[in-house]
Order: sequence, then structure tokens, then C-alpha cells
Amino acid sequence: MVVVEVPVIEAHGLRKQYGDFVAVDDVSFSVNEGEVFGFLGPNGAGKTTLMKMIQCVSPKTGGKLEVFGMDVDTHPREIKKLMGVVPQDSNLDPDFSVYANLMVYSRYFNIPHADAKAMTEELLDFVQLKEKKDTIIEYLSGGMKRRLVLARGLINKPRLIILDEPTIGLDPQARHLIWDKLKSLRAQGITVVLTTHYLDEASQLCDRLVIMNQSKILVEGKPDDLIKKYIGTDIVEVEENPAAIKCLEREGTKYEVVRGMIQIYTNHPREMTAALLSNCDLGKITARSATLEDVFLKLTGRKLRE
Amino acid sequence: MAYFEIPKLSRMVSKVWLRNWDVFMKTFKVNFVPPFIEPLLYLFALGFGLGTFIEDIDGISYARFIAPALIAISIMNSSFFECTYGSYVRMYYQKTFDAIIATPLSIEEVIAGEILWGATRSFINAVIMLVVISFFGLIEFPSSLLIIPFSFLGGLLFASIAMCFTATSPNINTLNYPSFLFISPMFLFSGTFFPLSVLPDPVRYFAIAALPLTHVVSIVRSLTLAAPGEFILFSLLWIVVVSLVLFVLAVNLMKKRLIV
Repeated sequence: MVVVEVPVIEAHGLRKQYGDFVAVDDVSFSVNEGEVFGFLGPNGAGKTTLMKMIQCVSPKTGGKLEVFGMDVDTHPREIKKLMGVVPQDSNLDPDFSVYANLMVYSRYFNIPHADAKAMTEELLDFVQLKEKKDTIIEYLSGGMKRRLVLARGLINKPRLIILDEPTIGLDPQARHLIWDKLKSLRAQGITVVLTTHYLDEASQLCDRLVIMNQSKILVEGKPDDLIKKYIGTDIVEVEENPAAIKCLEREGTKYEVVRGMIQIYTNHPREMTAALLSNCDLGKITARSATLEDVFLKLTGRKLRE
Repeated sequence: MAYFEIPKLSRMVSKVWLRNWDVFMKTFKVNFVPPFIEPLLYLFALGFGLGTFIEDIDGISYARFIAPALIAISIMNSSFFECTYGSYVRMYYQKTFDAIIATPLSIEEVIAGEILWGATRSFINAVIMLVVISFFGLIEFPSSLLIIPFSFLGGLLFASIAMCFTATSPNINTLNYPSFLFISPMFLFSGTFFPLSVLPDPVRYFAIAALPLTHVVSIVRSLTLAAPGEFILFSLLWIVVVSLVLFVLAVNLMKKRLIV
């Protein structure tokens, strides 16, 4: 039997332009039901703009964008009904308590009062904010606010949840808690789309991801595949010195110099290390697994983005 | 994008209204103080204080002359300030509108809900003032009861005007311009504390053509004195037409500002 996967989001040649500035340039991708799909990229790569187009709050300039098979331009209401959103800045309602934030939000989805109450209790439990029920937003910590925004994004039992930088500015404990929650959403079959520039977050969570840079998608794939394809399994690092570079040139080994370190991408770290140690007179040498961060920096460059 | 595109609205507008109502009711004790105190201050200072030096205006006492103006001014202020500073804070600082448009509601519905809420503030304040002022025997019944529905219409007018300013104001400080250059002169030159007839003709015509409060004062005064002025229907029509036009304009301006 052939299983045809219906994409939850499908974009083809998608464009967004503000005056002369092209924020999203000819982007194509599709997100499948039940997967965690990540958008990675440096600041200003166009991730947030893309999320806003998917959320039907920013109209596209050109191309095709369908969510649940519906056009974002013509069916925003129907799409938004099935979607949960966790925006980058926690725009919780400061005029209300934790509990009232969820209750007031449920009204925008026309959820009957009794159902909303049950759902609110359940969600407060899920994000571990039950004791903070009557607290005013102002008195919540950053991590609590994020969890509450996550709960708010789930109030309508969405089939798709979109998170823009879900763990930005959080301490490690708070980040891990959010990750756990996202994993359990995925286990429930909810499609998760997130943007991040934390590479460990992306490799931990994402089934598939794209790396964006300067309004375009550079690569798309599974985190491990991307690492293998663009870096290899491992990286051998040597402190930068003229003798080592000379030796590497003589051996014809490909290398890159990154902030005082010579990096050699390889699938055979043991052999490479042994060869270098015997053939070249090197100082400190280390071998480590390649990470998504290496792919990211290789593809997007090392220049600071502002 | 067109400035006068007719907005598509659904009953979901009420959810935005309800959000503001909930916030209002949380602090209702504070909110009910101004409409109680304000008429008392003005009536004592102007009506019974300054008023003792003033002869009757068109055969009525000064206190009876300004009582309807106080209600009209309150209709203006409540919705105007709700939909300028209040809406601006919700839009820009609290990101309340952003949060709402991530749900099935549209930006048009959010703005419509805000304007209806502004009008409701005018309604609430007008009713309270009506009660307070009626204790001084300065207004006629039953005609003054018509002020209750009218206050909502008047509120709609000033809420729509306010929302146009909110949509075009680069920051919250620039909202001071319409407050001081538009609302303050209107407070003084709309037939509020002295009859329009004492003004030179050009100023008087300007007030009738361009100062919305003139029409609100004229209608409220007709009702409190139980003496319909000759222009009452013209004023009513003026308010209805301007409110509708500016309501549509406000929604479109906001859409232009927020949907990019």
C-alpha cells in the first residue's frame, strides 16, 4: 500500500517584498503531517516573515502558500481555526491573570465556556502552571510566560502549532521543559513548525529542517543527513600554526581555518588523526563529532548579522 | 489598498468588546469615579460659581445651559481617550491586537470591537452623568432619556475619529497633537460654555462644519431643555454620516498600519 502524505504546509516559489527589500525570496518547501519541521537561519534570514505568512497575518507578495490544502489569501479564518501560534515576543494579556488569559483567548475561537474551562485546567496542568493560576502576567518568570504562551497556542486543540524562537532567552532548565512539551505534542501527532537559531535545539527536536540565509532556503533535510552531507561525521581540530598548514598542503588534505583553529572535515577521524600525528609535527589535536552548528556556519558564513 | 473599503465583519467583533469589558469591570470602582466627580466640579465651579455673575442665556440659567454641554463633553472624552491612548497601548505596548489576529478574528473585527467599546465607554459615562445632573433639577424628563441611546452614537463618532489618529500616529506622544489641537479647542468653541451665536460668523460656520462636538452639544441641549433646536435633524444626520465614513476609514487605516 502506498501512503500518500498530505502536506500540512506547502509553499512554492513563495515571495515577500517590503518596498525594494525582498524578505522571502522564491522559497519552496512542504511540511508533512505529524513531523517537527525547523527553520534555521541567522537574524534577518526571513524566518519570522515566513511564519507570519503561514499564520495568515502577513499577505504574501507572490507564489503559492497553502496550509491544510487551503490558500492563505482566501481562507485565513478556516486555517487559523486549526492552528496554534507561539509568537517570539510573549504577547500575553497583561490585564489578566494566567487563568483568564486562557479563558479570554478561548473566546476568540468561539469555544463553549464549559469546554474552555476544562481545556484551560488541562493545559495549565500540561505546562505546570496550576499553582500560578491566579497570578498576574507581570509576576511570571520568563520561562513561565513562554509555557503559558505555549498553553494558549494549544487552547483550540490545533493540528499544527507554529513556534517562533520558542526558547529564546530561557535558562537551560526552562528550555528543556519546553523541549519536553514539544516532544509530547509530537507524540500526540500534532505537526510542529518552529524557527530557531539554537542549533542544538534544532538537532534535538526537528525531524526535518531547512537552513535559510538572506531570504532564501539553502538546504533542506534531516539533521543527521545534512551533517553527513556537508561536513562528514567528524571534525579533527588542530591549533593554527604555519608548520601544520604546510604539512596539510603537502598531504593534499582539505581544511578550513576558523578562529585560530584548523578544521578538517572527515568521515574517518581515527585514521585522519593518526596520519596527521605521524606525518606532521602538530601541537594539540582533537577529534569530535560534527554538529549542525558546523553545517550552519559553513553554509551561512561566519560574519556577524545585525 | 483602498481607504474606504467596506470591512467584512462577523459577530466575533463582540469577543473583542467583551475582552475590554472584562478589563473595565475588574477596575470598575476606579472607572466609575470620574463621571461622578466631573459634573459636580464643573457645576459648582462654573454653573453655581461663575454662573452667579452671568445673566440668563436665552432665558435659561447658566447652570441649565452648561449641564448638557458637560454630558456632551463626557461623551467626547470617554471614547476619544479610550480609542487613542487606550487602543494605542493595546496595539503597540501590549500587542493585544497581534495576539487576537492569530486566532480566527481579523484585524477589521479587532478595530471594530475597539471602536464599539469606545462608544460603550461614552454610553456608560453619559448615563452616570445623567443621573448625577438630574439630582440638581437641571434637565427635563422624559426627553433627556433619549440621551442614553444618543450617547452611544456620539461615542461612535469620537471613537472613529480617535482610531484614525491612532492609526496614523507614529508614536504615543504624537497623540498629544489631536488632544490639544483638536479636542481642547472643541471643548471651548462648540457652544459648550457660551452660545455659538456670540462668535463671529466665519468661526461659527467653521464650528458647525468641522467641530463634531458642536452637533453633539446641540442635540444633547435640545433634549435636556426639551426644546428641539431647528438644526437637530441636520446635526443628527451630520453625526451619522461622519461616523460611518470615519469608521470605515479608521478600519482601513489600521489595516494599512498593522498588516504588512
